[in-house]
Amino acid sequence: MSVDLPARVNPIGRALSDAGVLAWRSLKRIPRTPDMLIYATIQPIMFVLLFAYVFGNAIPIPGFPGARAYREFLMSGIFAQTMAFAVASASVGLADDMSKGLIDRFRSLPMARSGVIAGRVVGDLVFNAFVMLIMVLCGFLVGWRWHNGFGQALAAFAILLLFAFAMLWVGALIGLSVGGPEVASSAGLIWLFPLTFLSNAFVPTPQLPSALQPVAEWNPISSIVAACRHLFGNPSPFASPDGFPAQHPVWLSLIWCVAIIAVFAPLAVRKYRSATAH
Amino acid sequence: MAAIEATGLVKTFKGRKTTVKALDGIDLDVPDGTVLGLLGPNGAGKTTTVRVLTTLMEPDAGTARVLGHDVVKEADTVRGLVGLSGQYAAVDELLTGRENLWMFGRLYRLSSQQAKQRAEELLATFDLTEAADRILKTYSGGMRRRLDLAGSLIAHPKVLFLDEPTTGLDPRSRLDLWQIIRDRVREGVTILLTTQYLEEADELADSIAVVDHGSVIARGTADELKAKVGGERIEVVVHDPGDTVRALELLTGALGIKDPESTTLEEHTRRITVPAPGGSSALVDVIRTLDSAEIRIADIGLRRPTLDDVFLTLTGHEAEQKESL
Repeated sequence: MSVDLPARVNPIGRALSDAGVLAWRSLKRIPRTPDMLIYATIQPIMFVLLFAYVFGNAIPIPGFPGARAYREFLMSGIFAQTMAFAVASASVGLADDMSKGLIDRFRSLPMARSGVIAGRVVGDLVFNAFVMLIMVLCGFLVGWRWHNGFGQALAAFAILLLFAFAMLWVGALIGLSVGGPEVASSAGLIWLFPLTFLSNAFVPTPQLPSALQPVAEWNPISSIVAACRHLFGNPSPFASPDGFPAQHPVWLSLIWCVAIIAVFAPLAVRKYRSATAH
Repeated sequence: MAAIEATGLVKTFKGRKTTVKALDGIDLDVPDGTVLGLLGPNGAGKTTTVRVLTTLMEPDAGTARVLGHDVVKEADTVRGLVGLSGQYAAVDELLTGRENLWMFGRLYRLSSQQAKQRAEELLATFDLTEAADRILKTYSGGMRRRLDLAGSLIAHPKVLFLDEPTTGLDPRSRLDLWQIIRDRVREGVTILLTTQYLEEADELADSIAVVDHGSVIARGTADELKAKVGGERIEVVVHDPGDTVRALELLTGALGIKDPESTTLEEHTRRITVPAPGGSSALVDVIRTLDSAEIRIADIGLRRPTLDDVFLTLTGHEAEQKESL
């Protein structure tokens, strides 16, 4: 059989088709590495148990008395942190492809330059949606609930996935820039710990030193957490209740997501164009 | 027409402390339908050359054309026309053989149906149909390499780049792969093959370019290169240390060696080496000569020139093994 390659294909159709094929590849891989899903959920589950039953008792939520208030407060923080850690799945995945020579193979094919990263991002997004589903169940078990109806809760989950989508592009850039999968794992995560702890995820910002309060309230992770708390109807105390982050948590979270994508997606694709195995 | 032509390719890698000139003015010319073997040690610039010619890297200077298309300005066209198979099998370990080939077929812009059909053909050609539904983690090294090669043949490329296709394979798999490569040559595919083994270049290539420190230091057919090294040599270890000088004199006479520089004598190991222009028939002469002079032989063998010999002769230094770039 002789195959005639179509000479001209609509570039957008081609980019979507290539991303689709690569996303198919990522999805095929998920059930074949069940340990990935286990490790991706163990860490946030540990955080839930640790904060709900150990640290939480020492952290009062201003304006919301009662033992369950902290768990209601906590879960949005956990969700946002879990989605932020999506960085690692993209960075490790791409660094692994690069060290195995697969990136070279893909780059030698007549495919769209965005295809490999876009496919990875879409596949990882589905993976992170699974992880989030498990975390929601975990939240129910420790007594967390949403109070504003299913529609608002769905909007919150959409924002969380949009945030994961944005963070995956950051991970893609890191994965293509470092030497190998081991480095990619730590380079992808190390800066996320201070970023999540210097936010409203685990500690209400009014309890932070006043110099740190504005930083914590404008932090992109805080904006995602605040948007979720707002939509779920969970306690959401602010040090400056009249500030923009407190008044417009959903808008701020969307602005952050769009800004992250606008900066990191082009950078990641540009990096891909010259990425090659060493 | 030349299927591959490169002129003055230069590529420099800048590290934090060191600058490495991976390519220092490489010129290549591969006529349509022929096989060029790029021979050299690790770090000589073979892989970098392949990366430039397959559009993975842009050269700092120089130009290269594949089937008449510039690899920088018409990179996308070149990608559609060539196949690349690397030294490490670049396939997805968690996909099955069939899934891998379907994926590459789709990325070569085949329809889903065409990609399926092409995958079946290639699996059959490469004797992988039985293993088609196993994930690649369970494949042997040879099977992976065959699948990798199959992936590069999906779009019926006219030009194939094979970067050390048999490095790390067992002898049996190496022979299988050589056969597959010969079949492609019979179909008229132009091949650029890099290798560290003179034997491999000898088996497969119409002509050979020897590269060292980023430039071509010799080119010719395998026979021409071997002739430069002096062809095959005979190594004799005599039993009695007192016999070495006499043995060398006898052999120089018996084989009609004109240039005494071409022979070596190591007193402490009692080892003599002499050129063997006639190959194995010269071996018979040597045994006969020494036997009739009643010189006892401890060990004797015909040694074919190796890459090291070619290097030693061409550069005056041994092939240095450097980290691959």
